[in-house]
Amino acid sequence: MAAPGASAHDPCSIPALLARNVALYGDRPAYREKEFGIWQAWTWAEAADEIRAMALGFLALGMARGDHVAVIGRNRPAHYWAMVAAQMCGAVPVPLYQDAVAEEMAYVLEHCGARFVVCGDQEQVDKVIEIRDRAPGVEHVLYNDKRGMRKYDHSHLNWLHDIGEEGRAAHRRLEPELDARIAEQTWDTTCVMLYTSGTTGKPKGVVLSNRNIIETAKASVAFDHLGQDEEVLAYLPMAWVGDFIFSIGQAMVAGFCVNCPESPDTMMTDLREIGPTYFFAPPRIFETMLTSVMIRMEDAGDLKHALFRHFMDFAKGTGERFGMPRYRRKQSRPTLRRRVRWVYRYAMGIGFAIETLAENAVRGFFVRLRHPLEARKHYRARGPLLNLYPKPLRDYFDYRTGEVLIYGPLKNTLGLSRIRVAYTAGEAIGPEIFDFYRSLGINLKQLYGQTEASVFITQQPDGQVRSDTVGVPSPGVEVKIGETGEVFYRSPGTFVEYYKNPESTASTKDAEGWVATGDAGFFEEASGHLRIIDRAKDVGRMADGALFAPKYVENKLKFFPDILEAVVFGAGREICTAFINIDLTAVGNWAERNNIAYASYQELAGHPRVLETIKSHVEEVNRSLAEDEMLSGCQVRRFLVLHKELDADDGELTRTRKVRRRIIEEKYADLVAALYDGSAEKYTETEVTYEDGRKGRIRATLKIRDARSFPAEFPRKVAAE
Amino acid sequence: MNRMSSAPPTESHVTEDGRTIGPVLMELRNITLRFGGVVAIKDISFDIREGEIRAIIGPNGAGKSSMLNVISGFYRPSEGEVWFEGARRPAMRPYKVARQGIARTFQNIALFSGMSTLDNIMTGRITRMKSSLLSQALWWGPAEREESDHRAAVEKIIDFLEIQHIRKTPVGRLPYGLQKRVELGRALAAEPRLLLLDEPMAGMNVEEKEDMSRFILDVNDEFGTTIVLIEHDMGVVMDLSDRVVVMDYGRKIGDGPPEEVRASKDVIDAYLGVAHD
Repeated sequence: MAAPGASAHDPCSIPALLARNVALYGDRPAYREKEFGIWQAWTWAEAADEIRAMALGFLALGMARGDHVAVIGRNRPAHYWAMVAAQMCGAVPVPLYQDAVAEEMAYVLEHCGARFVVCGDQEQVDKVIEIRDRAPGVEHVLYNDKRGMRKYDHSHLNWLHDIGEEGRAAHRRLEPELDARIAEQTWDTTCVMLYTSGTTGKPKGVVLSNRNIIETAKASVAFDHLGQDEEVLAYLPMAWVGDFIFSIGQAMVAGFCVNCPESPDTMMTDLREIGPTYFFAPPRIFETMLTSVMIRMEDAGDLKHALFRHFMDFAKGTGERFGMPRYRRKQSRPTLRRRVRWVYRYAMGIGFAIETLAENAVRGFFVRLRHPLEARKHYRARGPLLNLYPKPLRDYFDYRTGEVLIYGPLKNTLGLSRIRVAYTAGEAIGPEIFDFYRSLGINLKQLYGQTEASVFITQQPDGQVRSDTVGVPSPGVEVKIGETGEVFYRSPGTFVEYYKNPESTASTKDAEGWVATGDAGFFEEASGHLRIIDRAKDVGRMADGALFAPKYVENKLKFFPDILEAVVFGAGREICTAFINIDLTAVGNWAERNNIAYASYQELAGHPRVLETIKSHVEEVNRSLAEDEMLSGCQVRRFLVLHKELDADDGELTRTRKVRRRIIEEKYADLVAALYDGSAEKYTETEVTYEDGRKGRIRATLKIRDARSFPAEFPRKVAAE
Repeated sequence: MNRMSSAPPTESHVTEDGRTIGPVLMELRNITLRFGGVVAIKDISFDIREGEIRAIIGPNGAGKSSMLNVISGFYRPSEGEVWFEGARRPAMRPYKVARQGIARTFQNIALFSGMSTLDNIMTGRITRMKSSLLSQALWWGPAEREESDHRAAVEKIIDFLEIQHIRKTPVGRLPYGLQKRVELGRALAAEPRLLLLDEPMAGMNVEEKEDMSRFILDVNDEFGTTIVLIEHDMGVVMDLSDRVVVMDYGRKIGDGPPEEVRASKDVIDAYLGVAHD
């Protein structure tokens, strides 16, 4: 970890890192984007040239130090460039969620007082124009995609490309100024401002300095040995801190290439074409991919189906051992110590194999002596009599066969063939889903982080990966558990402040720099890994005093492919109840196979057989909860299947798709009441917002079902306790 | 959006939303079309001006599609003349008409369902291909460069219509709305001066209709293509078109800006079904 401002030569801003990368990797690809069916690439030198031209253009437009530059659009190189160009001018980039409705955008633009807005296309420009009177600070709107923009009043509107050209034309006049501004940047200059989506209240602007971003990126690049030959696909919302760290922070520090998909719809195809080596996705993406694989396997022939089943079962135990890519990459020159360690390890491996073979032979010999008649039979069946050690060589070759027949082609289809490191974060991931990917030999790991920490708080080191923990503290991060069970951390990535919100800053970050995460968790004593239980403020008590952790139960429910989203109620109540959202892809496919006709989401969600299926899932969750000492009270006694999907446009989810519990409870108060008053069905009307901002109403009569609960029974404890 | 054009009919003018409507591109003079004893079109005259969106509406069997077929050269009118770009168009085969810069889409989708979206749109470029069949087959000489030029043009259309995600999908597998969009793409690939759309929105849901309307406006706006469309959805017609021709039983019963046509008594009668004498 570099001490703050350790060396004057260390690049301490993104523009400085860019200059370093041009010098180091000048003609290696820095950005790629699929346009017109072809991957267009820009080398570091070309990208730097574009960024510089753009920065000069911004100066020509009068961008001042400390200005805020909002960037709204899908992942495209020009949008990343605009952010770096803004940094060059001493301004602060503020990426926004492109699917935000005009209202949300108005709040953020007004709050940060953005003078410049960089829009991806006409749609975004229209939104900015719509809210112009509420964000009076906006002076210049720039757009990247020219389409449909010809007829607009261009007095405050500019094509991004024109700005670059103007910058190039005026370079003699403006270059000294630009160089001076780049040179001014220090560790403490604001690097970026990101608005948290927030499960409650208005979004808050998190100010992250160069120190935060660059030091975190450096530490995490070292943690996973990322190099300049990494390939990543930039497809996550640009407003999300993860994308900023991966596509700008780590890409600049490690010097790897950022690939932008052609359009959101082609993400999966582009993923396959690029074959990223480093990949990040929220659990939802992995779930969707798994669901699509399973649905397609249903349609496959018997032979393929049988092969798939056989090898996937086989991989469950062995993938972890035989499938993982070599964790450590080739580094410059192996030190003597490392060579000795390799030799030692290989020797141990060979020794182990010989020992196993010898042991098996010896045992087999004696068993045959003692039981000459049964030995042959038992030897074939590898029965308990022989008790032979599992065969490492045979498993190894079996796994290789599976790799050729199933794992390899499957990974190729998913576009995950070349993955060296993949991360999932944001939500808990289902253990089956997690194991599925790991057993294929995809090094999928979990990390725990938040915007305020520049992502990384804890992460799983190679070789210590489990589905139920989030790993050990990242390098340079200190983590402690507060008295209430809340997780606190302190790190070089800890944010500077919430913009224009000193009260929130003070309540989140104390004088010593410890930041409250708002999550309750604990460290496992044996492994030192952190486990997260729930949001601290969501953890409550039921009427009888039993612990209530809704997220824990919801995650268990969501691990069923049929269930997309669940909201569990029960704080201060006698029993737990739940809202369920079905997954249209999975349930729709099931309906098709079972000849169940449906015309709409609402009709499918209300179908009695769907309700039966969901009921069986709920009961299964209840059964597993009954075995849990602390949470056996959280069994879901009554549930209903919602008639509409919970949606961020209706404010029910955050833009990162987390459930907004309070809002849902208020909005569907009638349904919650019906869950508790024992009625069998309930008529309800709901207001929905369509994607174009219009409102409509959905009416439905929802059936409420009871689910069986199980008496709490804990697995018998070991006698010693 | 007010797309009314009330300027004199001979000179070019600029509409309120900033599009230039030029001089007359095609003129139909006293067209009559007979199939044996059946008179499909009876003495109809109207003109199509450069850069405008011209709608033809009318109840079922009014002769709208026949009119479109006359314009595209598929039917030869029994009487009357077609004037295109200031010259009388002699009777010619449809492919020659296509070379003049007239492209169309069909009421029932007429795509090659086994071919990919890309290949389907590529077929729209055929009128613009110059290299010989042999050199194309051998992939030699100018054919190679020509194909990549055409591919670039096709990719621009794919980008324009936002169908990148189905570039390599066989069109037979696509939903109806997307097939219609591919068909529009194929017509656009010919870089037409005059684009004929036969019920581009038939059978679509509201969302697909909105998308399609936007694409039609964008085509007109970006490429300056003159568009003639037949459509049943009155809302769409009134929103999109600059001028409307109304047909009923093969006769023209109205012609003018949408507002004017909507108020016309003959048109209302035709649509509401007043008893004919």
